[in-house]
Amino acid sequence: MSPGLDAAPGIVAITLVTLATLAIGVWGLRFSRTTSDFFVASRTVHPRLNASAIGGEYLSAASFLGVAGLVLVNGADMLWYPVGWTAGYLVLLVLVAAPLRRSGAYTLPDFAEARLGSRGVRAVCSVLVVAVGWLYLLPQFQGAGLTLRSAVGAPTWVGPVIVGVVVLVNVTTGGMRSITFVQAFQYWLKLTALLVPAAVLLVVWAGDDRPRPVDLGAWSTPLAPGGGEGLYITYSLIIATFLGTMGLPHVVVRFYTNPDGRAARRTTLVVLVLLGVFYLLPPVYGALGRVYAPELAVSGASDALVLELPRIMLDGPLGEVLTGMVTAGAFAAFLSTSSGLSIAVAGVLSQDVTGRTRVRGRRLGGVAAFRVAAVAAVTVPCVVALLVPNLGVARAVGLAFAMAAATFCPLLLLGIWWRGLTSYGAIAGLAAGGLGSTVAIGWTIAVSSPDGWLDTLMGQPAAWTVPLALATMVAVSRLTRDRVPSDADRFLVRLHTPETLQLDRG
Amino acid sequence: MSDPAPRVRVTGPPRRRRTPGGVADIDAGTRLGDVYMRSLLREQLRLAVGVLLVVALTIGLLPLAFHLVPELSDVRLLGIPLGFLLLGVVVYPVLVVLGWAYVRRAERNEADFAEIVSEVE
Repeated sequence: MSPGLDAAPGIVAITLVTLATLAIGVWGLRFSRTTSDFFVASRTVHPRLNASAIGGEYLSAASFLGVAGLVLVNGADMLWYPVGWTAGYLVLLVLVAAPLRRSGAYTLPDFAEARLGSRGVRAVCSVLVVAVGWLYLLPQFQGAGLTLRSAVGAPTWVGPVIVGVVVLVNVTTGGMRSITFVQAFQYWLKLTALLVPAAVLLVVWAGDDRPRPVDLGAWSTPLAPGGGEGLYITYSLIIATFLGTMGLPHVVVRFYTNPDGRAARRTTLVVLVLLGVFYLLPPVYGALGRVYAPELAVSGASDALVLELPRIMLDGPLGEVLTGMVTAGAFAAFLSTSSGLSIAVAGVLSQDVTGRTRVRGRRLGGVAAFRVAAVAAVTVPCVVALLVPNLGVARAVGLAFAMAAATFCPLLLLGIWWRGLTSYGAIAGLAAGGLGSTVAIGWTIAVSSPDGWLDTLMGQPAAWTVPLALATMVAVSRLTRDRVPSDADRFLVRLHTPETLQLDRG
Repeated sequence: MSDPAPRVRVTGPPRRRRTPGGVADIDAGTRLGDVYMRSLLREQLRLAVGVLLVVALTIGLLPLAFHLVPELSDVRLLGIPLGFLLLGVVVYPVLVVLGWAYVRRAERNEADFAEIVSEVE
């Protein structure tokens, strides 16, 4: 598509979203004064605002564009993605939310070091946070490039650059406090941008005598094709998404902005509601696409379904306005998820790398170190996205989840619920899960046409990497029993007792 | 018994201590404190595992059900294929209700724990 009249709604929408994002970020600056504001919004964010912010930053391009396209092409088995992304928050709620907040740590490496008293575990966790964060940032930047190309006909490099610059400006000026407002705004923007067009399109569909999607049968089976292998793929996907959510760096960092453990739980519950409402919508686009735009499924441009459908179903200004809305929502999805991930990666980098470097003989201060780290956190994946034009948006996100599930999930579960975990066990388990995931990722990229059980196991590794990491962590901890940290009991007291009790929390 | 015995004042050690007994036990790491903590952890873990079991036995069994009974894919309710209805709509309220029930129970467990620990002498 060439830039022209067609591009007008997209350009207007992207400009408005960018300006609104920057304006809210600047407005939030008025509340951002201290280092604590900068990193954790001084831990005073109300559950409702915080939940909107979590929802805003969690609903990425994969949710806004990817799910509808996947449903269009593959059918009901793709619904396991949104179900898993939501159920992941239930798992996080019941196993992790309150204890994680009470641990008083800011990042996953902080948690690991406080729990196990080991710099080694901290270093391994830092590397993994940056790896998972960049693995997840990459498809956001690439998706932004694809969206701008399909919406306004811009060259592919424009999207990553705009998203990178806006994120950098917001993150480096306002930090966590102002980002919280931006993210909360973007949840509601994304919901509106998907809900209103969906409602209008459903009215159009009803006026057309409700034609049914073609080719039912395999399309309405919530199971990957291929018999036993399909069953394995589906269950492995369930494990990766249900357990991976708790290990995503940008999800975890948000929990430290809650005032206490009780608020952390209530925030998570509201997040469940917000995600549940949002995920009702993408399947509507997928099913309507099956009726009105089946050619998109064949052409391989299914990711553009949400952006194209309003114009396909409606002529004239209404179609243009709705196109502008969905474009705005998609762009908000890139901005918010990238911001959240950048903050998380920058938080770790600033503590473990830039905060330790010396400039003219002096250590960089908290906020200065954070700003330098943010530049690195955004620039590296942005440059990779520009150099490697397309790695496969959905695939990279899926692998990030599988990696988080195989590394941080066992660490958090055992660290919170089992006093017998040792630093040796943790490092061995993280290494087993991380290596297993890395091998699987490399295998999947190398094998172009997967065939047979081995490729299936490598393509969807969570079902074997998660048990492997868990078993390694437990077994090695058992073998190094004498290295159980002496303050493990005290730490569990801190994690599990309500803050109202005046206890010695170490 | 016409002559009642003179009244005797019964006193004990001062009832008020700076920290409630259970809290002191936990702080000092006594065996009693350990029992308190283990019981709280067990209650909370049992609750969490219970919620996850419900998820596993409802949502978690769906792929197996559709694998074993392929005819389920052809079932339609309200004109919507069963797979879409369950995974696209029904799952979400189920997750929210489970989360809500969990938060209530978890907070009650904590309140009970706080009460027991604070009351103990």
